[in-house]
Amino acid sequence: MSENHFELDARRMLCPMPVIKTQDRIKNLDPGDRLKVTCTDPGALIDIPSWCRIHGHAVLSTNTKDRIITIMIMVR
Amino acid sequence: MSRQQRKAVALISGGLDSMLAARVIKDQGIHVEGINFFTGFCVEGHTHAIRQKDRNKKKRNNALWVAEQVGIKLHIIDVIEEYKDIVLNPAHGYGKNLNPCLDCKIFMVNKAQAWAWMEENQFDFIITGEVVGQRPKSQRKETLPIIARESGAEDRLLRPLCAKNLTPTLPEREGWVNRDALFDFHGRNRKPQMALAEELGFSEYAQPAGGCCFLTDKTYSSKLADLWQSRGERNYELDDIMLLKVGRHIRPKPHYKLIISREDGENHYLSGYRNEFISLESKSCKGPLALLDGVPRDGDMEQAASIVARYGQGRDAQEVLVEIRMKDGSAQELKVKPLPPDEVVSSWHV
Repeated sequence: MSENHFELDARRMLCPMPVIKTQDRIKNLDPGDRLKVTCTDPGALIDIPSWCRIHGHAVLSTNTKDRIITIMIMVR
Repeated sequence: MSRQQRKAVALISGGLDSMLAARVIKDQGIHVEGINFFTGFCVEGHTHAIRQKDRNKKKRNNALWVAEQVGIKLHIIDVIEEYKDIVLNPAHGYGKNLNPCLDCKIFMVNKAQAWAWMEENQFDFIITGEVVGQRPKSQRKETLPIIARESGAEDRLLRPLCAKNLTPTLPEREGWVNRDALFDFHGRNRKPQMALAEELGFSEYAQPAGGCCFLTDKTYSSKLADLWQSRGERNYELDDIMLLKVGRHIRPKPHYKLIISREDGENHYLSGYRNEFISLESKSCKGPLALLDGVPRDGDMEQAASIVARYGQGRDAQEVLVEIRMKDGSAQELKVKPLPPDEVVSSWHV
């Protein structure tokens, strides 16, 4: 299983665009890869973990600081 | 999963009907996955995300929430560019406002079909939550066959909630689904759906059918029509239609419009556009951020500044200092008298 790290900048996008960008990015990643998503829409804190749950990916952490939200995902 | 298990793709709007349709078919042993299209006009929590006063409201994407409740995967597809042609040139015309509901449904079923029949997906049929007679434009007995035909889905389009009112489709004729276990809902009465929701254990569900698109909203449609008229062409970009959801839109003259924030959350959102628009903001007292859309002429800046000052805390002051910031970041300050409320002409409000 690979463990490459990738980043996605979804700042200033409103949901569901951060979810769509996450979905499209993960489509091209391998199991074990980690994706760090950075966004500003607070809805992403609900929607991206929800999308991960229904597709079987793991959310390793979420963090909010100065209106910037960071979500770390492990692809499964 | 064996190939004998049939696969259906469900159009999931996030409302009750599509949730029930997906669940009913899943309960028949069909492998169901959901698909949801983002057109740019979807109501989904944008204004909640922007506005400070809505911070405590649920910001969830209802389609994702529905998928979790039903226990299916959901694929969200960005169709912003392709959807423009539907909004600008609807073959079947608009509804009450700028809502091209029939063309929209044909488009979405067609897109779902293109996705479903792809080599890597190989779905067998499509399901929707449509109910005959429920919507005046797109869900009439005469229009449901038009959607099946013009989308290209033909008899692989199944509407589980009203299937018994319609000609049997391929999944029913082939026995992939049990027609007897489908429904005969019709009309605008929502009680049968609510009863079914209760029977299936859904105690919570999202907005009533039809409430998920800004184009069905009269005020929003007026703003979009104004945008087209002012530009002399019917076209738009994603930022245009997002900004129509934010702030007060005031057009004092045909060649320029002000987008004035109503609270801190909108201030923050509009500030992200300061490199793309001239912006105005009161400096001598607390006030809203405003974007100026258009090309101002002589005297327009003074007028715009006095309007912006009218919506700040200095509205009753003799003079307010307003900063006017150009797209390149250069700025100038103007001292203006806030426009009295009775001089803000009602027809300026878009």
